[in-house]
Amino acid sequence: MNCYFISIITTTALLFSALITLAQGDFHSGSVLIKNGNLLTITGGNLQETDLLILDGKISKIGPNLTAPEGVPSLDVSGRYVMPGIVDAHSHVGLDAVNEATNPITAEVEIADVINPYDIALYHALAGGVTVSHAMHGSANVIGGQNQTIKHRYGAMDPRDLIMEDAPRTIKFALGENPIRVHGEGYNTVPNTRMGVEAVIRQAFDEALNYKKQWEEYHESKENSTAGKPPSYNRRHEAILDVIDGKILIHCHSYRSDEIYMLMNICRDYGINQLIFQHVNEGFKVAPELANFGAMASVFSDWWAYKFEVYYSTAYNTTILAQNGVITSVNSDSRELIRHLFLEAAKAQRYGELDDNETLKLITLNPAIQLGIDHRVGSLEVGKDGDLAIFNNHPLSIYTIPEYTFVDGKMFFNRFEDPEDMRIIVDAEEEFESFMELKSGRGDHDCLH
Amino acid sequence: MKSIFIFSTLFFCLLGFSNNSFCQLFREPVYGNFLIQNAEIHTVTNGILKADLLIRDGRIAAIGKDLEYGDAITIDASGKRVYPGFIDAGTRLGLSEISSISLTNDFNERGNLTPYARAITAINPNAVPIPVTRIEGVTTVVAAPRGGTIPGTAATIHLIGYTPDQMFAGVEMLILDFPSSVQRGRWDRRPLEKRLEEYEDQVKKLNEFWSEAALYHKLKSADNADRVIPTYEAMLPVFNKERQVFVEVNRAQDILNALDWLKDKDLNVVLTGVAEGWRVTEQIKASGFPVITGPVLQTPSRSYDRYDRPYTNPSAMRDAGITVAIRTAEMENVRNLPFNAGYAATYGMGIEAALEAITIVPATILGLEDQIGSIEVGKLANLFIANGDPFEPRTQIENVFIKGWNIPMESRHTQLYDQFIERKPGLQLID
Repeated sequence: MNCYFISIITTTALLFSALITLAQGDFHSGSVLIKNGNLLTITGGNLQETDLLILDGKISKIGPNLTAPEGVPSLDVSGRYVMPGIVDAHSHVGLDAVNEATNPITAEVEIADVINPYDIALYHALAGGVTVSHAMHGSANVIGGQNQTIKHRYGAMDPRDLIMEDAPRTIKFALGENPIRVHGEGYNTVPNTRMGVEAVIRQAFDEALNYKKQWEEYHESKENSTAGKPPSYNRRHEAILDVIDGKILIHCHSYRSDEIYMLMNICRDYGINQLIFQHVNEGFKVAPELANFGAMASVFSDWWAYKFEVYYSTAYNTTILAQNGVITSVNSDSRELIRHLFLEAAKAQRYGELDDNETLKLITLNPAIQLGIDHRVGSLEVGKDGDLAIFNNHPLSIYTIPEYTFVDGKMFFNRFEDPEDMRIIVDAEEEFESFMELKSGRGDHDCLH
Repeated sequence: MKSIFIFSTLFFCLLGFSNNSFCQLFREPVYGNFLIQNAEIHTVTNGILKADLLIRDGRIAAIGKDLEYGDAITIDASGKRVYPGFIDAGTRLGLSEISSISLTNDFNERGNLTPYARAITAINPNAVPIPVTRIEGVTTVVAAPRGGTIPGTAATIHLIGYTPDQMFAGVEMLILDFPSSVQRGRWDRRPLEKRLEEYEDQVKKLNEFWSEAALYHKLKSADNADRVIPTYEAMLPVFNKERQVFVEVNRAQDILNALDWLKDKDLNVVLTGVAEGWRVTEQIKASGFPVITGPVLQTPSRSYDRYDRPYTNPSAMRDAGITVAIRTAEMENVRNLPFNAGYAATYGMGIEAALEAITIVPATILGLEDQIGSIEVGKLANLFIANGDPFEPRTQIENVFIKGWNIPMESRHTQLYDQFIERKPGLQLID
């Protein structure tokens, strides 16, 4: 009881200090003039000592010697690098739950229902320049739940405030070891093989189409005044029909080339032409097929060997995919890697030969395309969101430090003024000497993400 | 047998598969005398020199201009840099192949106190991650067992050779994962009381074990033991101070507990992990123990800690006067060692000290400073040539030498790249 009371007081105190800090004084109005930056625009070249004006959350002007309108604060970033806010196409930060691991198909569940705006990892991501992430369902099920693209408006108390307003709906699919382990080995049910994985998807699609037909027949019979009872409404079928109709994008956890190829075949058979593969460690083996399909790839920079299906993979995956014409992004899937995605992208230059702009695209424009939000983020262009990551050195150098991060023109990270403790709330059950067994990036990975 | 192998190799190659990639063959390393010319030599211990470097009989034979080099093979390194091979003094390299498949993991013997479990007997010289690691400039590692209070005895190895004896760098160390009441991840739902209870129990068992082993050592020293007890036998070099004890501690309180436990023991101690070293720098400094810390690239240990604590931890400890080396604690991605050091450099340590933290400092901690860790005449030719700063991701490591052997710049990863960058056949079906 006592403890609880103390934690309420601490929470309140923290809340005030955090919110005051998060507001960053003048820099939280949504309008700001960034002066004298080295702009890495991604789509319009690199602009030295150029200004960038954000008004009401949107980039309004880019050019030399801009003047701030009345009441708009300016931030001089001479000598610094300004890039679009980093987009992470595969993440689980800001979530209370990840896997509804109870059925091989759970298309009806939505990650939007479990957003946790208090997760400190959201702030850690901002401190690494990441402004948008694709909060994904886990990989326990062949057809998992629907994901949610979020903006890292850390400090918001209402989960809905993190949702990126017009981001397309996406859904998690998962092939290979994880659904096989959970359902085949765990529950002794299909799928227990990659053959079963394919069958589960085709059956789910066919059943959804049957359901659609039942409704069509019901509507037809209603016109003829011979209507009986309507079919019962089924959220799972509804969601899968939206997948088949292209209203929900498939983001598929995958590793081996055979299963990647298999899903492309299914999509062809059902007329689905937008397909994004996640992890896709063996994507490089079917890069020509991926490019030909127009499928996209969201990969790790260098993870391998943590399980058998990633044993025959290579850190050159990113380069091979990109050079074969596959739109490729580098993701984190980790509370650790999300803090330095610019380093993860830069590794594509050690393991391959991508130029700086192609490398930066891996964490900006390309993931934005994969999430269907490239009309809003992923490059510095007039009309796009005022999401910026500002670094003291070139972001692909090991010696770079993110210094400021803006979302919608508001400053959410300031390396020079943020206090040590950036929690919004204190968990009453968390021990003061809490200490999570430390993890490097890979550690997260064994838990079906 | 060999001819059959060559024949099948030829057969596959005739089928159109590339020899290197499909057949999983590596070129052999080449032993010989080498003259590296016109390099910018980052010696670590003697600054940066513009000079030639002669490798002879596996060692650095000379550094300078106009060297007598006889029939040595010359390598033009104009515009290139030479560094001593990096040393990762905390890995599982060679002791594991695929993390999720337990039968491929040899680092965790059954039992809580198993000092006799020796890494050197279980390191697979042909482990696929070894070439992946060494072609990025890491030439020497400590491969350590893990799991339990005393999981076993670690070994220092050079990343060349087909037998343990060829790889062994001459130093083994006892691993003591000091008991902790820490929550072992989000899935650990044991209440604090339970964890403290288990901690007390583990310390009690460790103490019992330790005093029995000490007694055995005493009897042995007095030539008074009537039989051999293998478990305690493995502890003798530790009590003789011939073998170091790597004490793994991370949480601040655990560091203090371990220091307290070590107070009345006469041992050669190295603290490893030490994630919260920054919280207790004074006490660590007072102990005089050196530290092997890392990974640097990890999340803060507590939700209320500043986001960059793991990055600044090495410099915080070093600034307090503690000897600090950096490790990855990795298996398949030990190749990220320079990036871990690079982050420490960026966040306060500086490039020079961070470079030392993966070269001369771990070499000195391991007692191998006369062999490795810097570019000096007489040391082993463990070194690499890079086209730039090896901490920078874009830099390419171009040549690696280990004990004077010129290592083929190949690994599973590069072979797959060569095979698939322009895949043949491409899209068309094969009739």
